[in-house]
Amino acid sequence: MAITLSASDVPSAPLSARLSPPQVWGIVLLVPYILVFLAFVVYPIGYGLWLARAPSNYVALYNDPIFARAAINTLIFLVIGINIKMLIALFLSGFFVEQRTWIKWLSVIFILPWAVPSIPTILSVRFMLNPEWGMVNHIIFSLTGDDGPNWLNDPTIALTMAIGVHVWKSLPFWTLILITGRLAISHDLFEAASVDGATWWQKFRYVTWPSMQTLYITCTLLSMIWTLGDFNSVYLLTGGGPADLTHVLSTLGIRYLRLDQLSLAMASIVCAMPFVLPLVYFMMKRLSR
Amino acid sequence: MKLPTLREAGKEAQLLLIGIPVFLWTMIPIYHMFLFAISPKEDAFSGKLWPDHPTLHNFEIVFREQHYFLRDFYVQFWNSTVIAAAVGALTLLVATAAAFSISRLRVPGGRVVMNLALFTYFIPAAFLAVPMYRTMATYGLLNNHWSLILAMVTIASPYAIWVLKQASDKLPVELDEAAVMDGATTLQIFRLVYVPLMMPSLVAIGTYAVLLAWNEYLYAFLLLSNDRDITLPVALGNFLAADDSPWELLMTTGFIYALPPAAVYYAFRRYMVGGLTAGAVKS
Repeated sequence: MAITLSASDVPSAPLSARLSPPQVWGIVLLVPYILVFLAFVVYPIGYGLWLARAPSNYVALYNDPIFARAAINTLIFLVIGINIKMLIALFLSGFFVEQRTWIKWLSVIFILPWAVPSIPTILSVRFMLNPEWGMVNHIIFSLTGDDGPNWLNDPTIALTMAIGVHVWKSLPFWTLILITGRLAISHDLFEAASVDGATWWQKFRYVTWPSMQTLYITCTLLSMIWTLGDFNSVYLLTGGGPADLTHVLSTLGIRYLRLDQLSLAMASIVCAMPFVLPLVYFMMKRLSR
Repeated sequence: MKLPTLREAGKEAQLLLIGIPVFLWTMIPIYHMFLFAISPKEDAFSGKLWPDHPTLHNFEIVFREQHYFLRDFYVQFWNSTVIAAAVGALTLLVATAAAFSISRLRVPGGRVVMNLALFTYFIPAAFLAVPMYRTMATYGLLNNHWSLILAMVTIASPYAIWVLKQASDKLPVELDEAAVMDGATTLQIFRLVYVPLMMPSLVAIGTYAVLLAWNEYLYAFLLLSNDRDITLPVALGNFLAADDSPWELLMTTGFIYALPPAAVYYAFRRYMVGGLTAGAVKS
């Protein structure tokens, strides 16, 4: 508690002599976060990098077919999943700004996937896709008389379904953000465009898009970082299977960890850094302006 | 009443053509969960869209802990509650202090700390989980609730600090100056001026941290493993360990588990939407 004494009580301490009491308080109040940061961010990352330092780890990763597959899956997840999600969010943001009572109510319901925890809903989807007892194949059977596909046992379908679950979960959030973006556009612009006889596409192309493109691109990049860390959508739906063919980098790291291959787990994460760090740098520049 | 013109009706039909699929897409997984919760096992597994005999029997089994997977239901519910509350309180404490220090006291080096926090915010949590697990083992905290609480505070604080800093930058400097003129100490300014004015943001951030901790699966399942220590989501994941999982009970428990966060979200929606989405992406 010595540091909480006012500066003049501590004679011949050069640092506290230069600091006014508010600044001493400033340091005291910042200390809790700095401690958390040192103990649970700096130390783990430093330790992890230390574990991942041996080149042999990267050779082992390179020779592990599951790693190559996970890297490709991650790319597919990012490129396809995020673009589909953001395009739908952009489209739906236009739908939700329409002034209707029922749309207002729908927007309240629409938030649900984001407001409820992932585990029960993803497991719910998992059972829906069960080939024998799931609702989806029951419906397919009653409509066509044929057995439906064995959804989660086919790596392509399973990964597609995991992307679907990811979109289901995070679409409301991004739609909400893009709605705020749309509401910020001056209404006069649209009226002027209407007077000039612009079609809806021209209004979008020349009014909406120019004012929203920065927000849209920022959202896409931010979503990329977060989607890289989406563990639940893949792990809870497919568990990485069948035959470890649907892993993404975030589930693969945990898989190595569970197999007690900690340095491989860290090395697989380090491999993602060339993609993550530029994105992080860009986002930090945008947010700390 | 004036009949709608053909053009208006067409527009309405177009909107419905979007609205109905959106409604179905959103509700089907949640409805399916609810359906299982009110269905006896035979109905649930037969793919019916509505059970022949809807029942609350599943809830009774859960609340009476009458199944192998449910024997610690109340303890696990309590664990989830305590951990979420602790994460909310600690995050608020750490983040409010830091934001006040950086934004109002303009402490030297505050900008650097802010940037480091932002950096942490952008590291995908699943990537930090691997070294975090190892670190908690080093600290001897594995299977201790503190490991999950501290991990979640680490993950929640950066965003909390950033949102609170943005909000406090908007408070006029004159307030602090006037308080200093009246002879207020730094702590009095914090307690009597800063915290009351920041209430809406503090509610948003507290809710954010509580929900984040309540909903967390990955860290909880890595850091806690004893049946009586784990939180509800980990218990839900453990249902899958058996080949003949009682899915109707899993969905019932999941439904009970999903209710509190949904209720909290809707109760604080006003704060959440304003405080969080506006802060998430500054345009």
